[in-house]
Amino acid sequence: MRSRWARVAAFLAVVALVQLGAAAAGKAFYLTQLTMAAYYTLVAVGLSVLMGYAGQISLGHAAFFAIGGYASGVLTTLDLGGRRAAPPVAVLEHLGLLALRPDPGGGELLGVHPWAAAAVALALAALVALAIGLPVLRLKGHYLAMATLGFGTIVSSVLIGTAALGAADGVSGVPPLPLLGGLAVGGGREARLVNYWLAWGLVALALLLLMNLVESRVGRALRAIHGAEDAAGSMGVDVARLKLATFVLSAVLAAAGGVLLTHYNAGIGPSEAGSLKSVRYVAIVAVGGMGSLWGTVATSAVLTFLSLRGVFGTFDDAVFGAVLVAVMLLSPEGILRLDALGALRALAARRGGGAVAP
Amino acid sequence: MNPIKLAAAAAALALALTAEAAPEPLKVGALMAVTGPASNLGAPEARTLQLLVEQLNARGGVAGHPVELVLKDTGGSPEKAVSFARQLVEEEGVFAIIGPATSGETIAVKQIANDGKTLLLSCAAAEVIVTPVLPWVFKVAPKDSHAAEMIFRQMKKMGVKRIGFLSSNTGFGKAGKEQVERLAPAQGIEIAASEVYDKAATDLTAEVTKLKAAGVQAILNWSIEPAQAIVIKNARQMGLTVPIFQSHGFANVQYVKAAGAAAEGVLFPASRIVVADALPAGDRQKPVITAYKLAYEARFKEDVSTFGGHAHDALGILARAVTEAGGLDREKVRRAVEGMQGYVGTAGVFGFSPTDHNGLAIDAFEMLTVKDGKFVQLGR
Amino acid sequence: MEIGLLLQYLVAGLTYGTIYAVVGVGFNIIYNTTGIINFAQGEFVMLGGMTAVTLHGFLPLPLAIAGAVLLTMVAGVLVELLFIRWLVRPTVLRMIIITIGVSILIREAALVGWGESVRALPYFTGDEVTALSLGGVHVSPQVLWSLATCLFIVAALWVFFQRTALGRQMRACAVNREAAALCGVPVRNLVTLSFALSAGIGALAGCVVSPITYTAYNVGGGLAIKGFTVAILGGLGNSAAAVAAGFVVGILEAFSVSLLPAAYKDAVSVAVLLAILFARPSGLFGSSERARLESRA
Repeated sequence: MRSRWARVAAFLAVVALVQLGAAAAGKAFYLTQLTMAAYYTLVAVGLSVLMGYAGQISLGHAAFFAIGGYASGVLTTLDLGGRRAAPPVAVLEHLGLLALRPDPGGGELLGVHPWAAAAVALALAALVALAIGLPVLRLKGHYLAMATLGFGTIVSSVLIGTAALGAADGVSGVPPLPLLGGLAVGGGREARLVNYWLAWGLVALALLLLMNLVESRVGRALRAIHGAEDAAGSMGVDVARLKLATFVLSAVLAAAGGVLLTHYNAGIGPSEAGSLKSVRYVAIVAVGGMGSLWGTVATSAVLTFLSLRGVFGTFDDAVFGAVLVAVMLLSPEGILRLDALGALRALAARRGGGAVAP
Repeated sequence: MNPIKLAAAAAALALALTAEAAPEPLKVGALMAVTGPASNLGAPEARTLQLLVEQLNARGGVAGHPVELVLKDTGGSPEKAVSFARQLVEEEGVFAIIGPATSGETIAVKQIANDGKTLLLSCAAAEVIVTPVLPWVFKVAPKDSHAAEMIFRQMKKMGVKRIGFLSSNTGFGKAGKEQVERLAPAQGIEIAASEVYDKAATDLTAEVTKLKAAGVQAILNWSIEPAQAIVIKNARQMGLTVPIFQSHGFANVQYVKAAGAAAEGVLFPASRIVVADALPAGDRQKPVITAYKLAYEARFKEDVSTFGGHAHDALGILARAVTEAGGLDREKVRRAVEGMQGYVGTAGVFGFSPTDHNGLAIDAFEMLTVKDGKFVQLGR
Repeated sequence: MEIGLLLQYLVAGLTYGTIYAVVGVGFNIIYNTTGIINFAQGEFVMLGGMTAVTLHGFLPLPLAIAGAVLLTMVAGVLVELLFIRWLVRPTVLRMIIITIGVSILIREAALVGWGESVRALPYFTGDEVTALSLGGVHVSPQVLWSLATCLFIVAALWVFFQRTALGRQMRACAVNREAAALCGVPVRNLVTLSFALSAGIGALAGCVVSPITYTAYNVGGGLAIKGFTVAILGGLGNSAAAVAAGFVVGILEAFSVSLLPAAYKDAVSVAVLLAILFARPSGLFGSSERARLESRA
């Protein structure tokens, strides 16, 4: 079995090839949309592990993306300049947790430092996931699906209904996230290459982390849960804790995607939390193969990129729906394990009952 | 000289000259919400653009430049708008962008257009689009504050002092709510109850009941969704006979059809395009509006709306600016737009300035009402 | 709150509740026969309304509605034949995803076929402003029509399931599919029938509320979520409970507007649902044994 590092290195080689290929074809601007696709992919890979290994469906995962994005967006766009003298603000400034950013109308505004904001955002997502996960993961099957859908609806409603969070307009004017050596997540076309590598580098890191997880004892335990929960429990696997931990991890990954994309796009809107988005993530994971990290990455990169370029035009949702249905009918293990001939043979020979396993 | 060489030289020269003379196309990008929740704005706007581009090209283009339209369907989603805006600016290198159709999308993309030195002519209403003024960002839809003022003036005439306010949870509704709440006190109007409803709401009886409980003398609804028709149906069915006011988002006759008998007597401000037939012969806007109306209705078999009118105005302003600037120099065209006076559009007569990137005054609006299922000017 | 206002909110709640109840019942019919939650149920409601409006262009209203119901039933059968029938022992997860995909496809097809504009059927009696005054409360006759239709549907289904042979066979499927098949019950055909039935009642509901609200290509999604909420709340498989739950949710939403900003209306009903689910993980009236059995994901 090839080592994890070798596989990630191969992945990064592909990333480099794509970049060079785009430059050679004179389509360097593809990198912008590929960067955006990378951040959406962070959500997808976390969800893939949750659905594929822990066997938990989540129809509300876009909510975590939005929580991350909104938390960092709102904090970094605060205007605390008028209250510098007040004790809490002064203390924060003294601790270096605040930062100045240019005001489009001239002058400078004082908000939370993007790093502090990002930390708060991720912590918030983890806390929410913990709070929601504890009761929700006790539910089963359709009830679990409903609960996650409901959670997503609540977050979406709150975001769109609260004036302090920008209501329908969302948050805008979010400054870039500064990194070491003058690099930053965000900015215009000059920073395009840097951002591309940052984004896909982060995806590579996430993949490394997740691969470590699924190929360890924990991962095997997860697969045991997916296969037969009661049996796993009787063998000493702490089922509840593992499911919760996986849920929280996938939530934090989604929130990270939200934080980074918000800085890259300089804003975020309430549509990122909606059920349409959550369904998309589930569709991508299902098509890519639940639990198949590479399948998910490939599917997410390709489909999201094409969607962001408007290649499908008005029929964006229709294409997603069609691909989803086709794959789930013909190759439910995901597109990488497509056994087209086998599926067609099954069509012709066997005639199922159309009923769910009892 | 050898006649063959002469002929060859002449041919080469002719070829070179004609190659030089092929004019650069005027690439116009469009970010429109053709599908999705804002489709009743974006779809007519997209259709209008297609129609007008065909007309322009049939007449030889703008200042000799053929117009090339690059239309992107954002589905009303800001993140798609951002992605397409970047694409239009960096990849397609469009000369100008028309749209987006909604305020939320415009706010998300205006910095991109501005940084990319690409003219953005938005069809959305929110005031924050042009406040503070960004050099390359303009909007062609009338101001919410003017609409609110016209409504309040009418209310004062009718002796209404206490109103109930409903708005939808979209950018349009939110912007309207801000203006209404800001301007009401100065006009002596008290907002006794204010509710925000979901844009996809299919029944608003509960919300209207809350207003009824507050004992209001009139209802003001601010949204652009089909919910506008539902509100008035619910109110009338509940036995509320107080006057109902709508925002300029009501200026689409399909809402009147949807509300049927309940729409009678509804009062709202709108641009003159929706009462084109009733305009007096001397009205400045009448020729422009009538020409657009006839062409649009013949081609698409549906009534014109103010939204489609915004796209018409945006493209018209761009075309005139390019002609005045004499070519495709971005900064010159930008200044031409900024200095444009007296452009007669469907929404009103535009007069821009470096501090006013909207260009419409309160006289762009007229107070209208519904009589026998048709829009008529109030007081006629 | 004075009594008149209370009743007005109640009427509002009943209006929302009828349609939630019918969609919830539709979910349960299919669930009972197949164990599948059909997320495309909301689209059947949409199809019913849209088809009726188109047919009304050249048919009188009752015929247009009948035609719409029949055509939507055909659509339901097609969905079953094309997407459900030939699956072998699919998992819950796979079925959820497939039906979500199907609902997307139906919605996009409606967009292509009918465009994005909104439509509505004319009121069955009276028009947009007529209202009956019952004890100080004003009610549109259409609301009474939809309540009556909902009760009719529930009653007709009760008769069907309790008194007819076919209905009894479907109930047998719901209790134990394998045993029913062993007894000679044509399970596969009953599955198709359940889809047709669900589609039909969904379409009828869509027609009757179309005058009050409106129909457009994208109303199905929101309805599916509400219907799913209601079905879960009542306990999957329990149709009577779904009807009760539908009205409970509707009334809850209506009254939440009286206390909280209407902006949070959707969040409130979902929050209550979640609270109930955490206390009773198989719904208000559901059977936990059943929930455990079908939980193999």
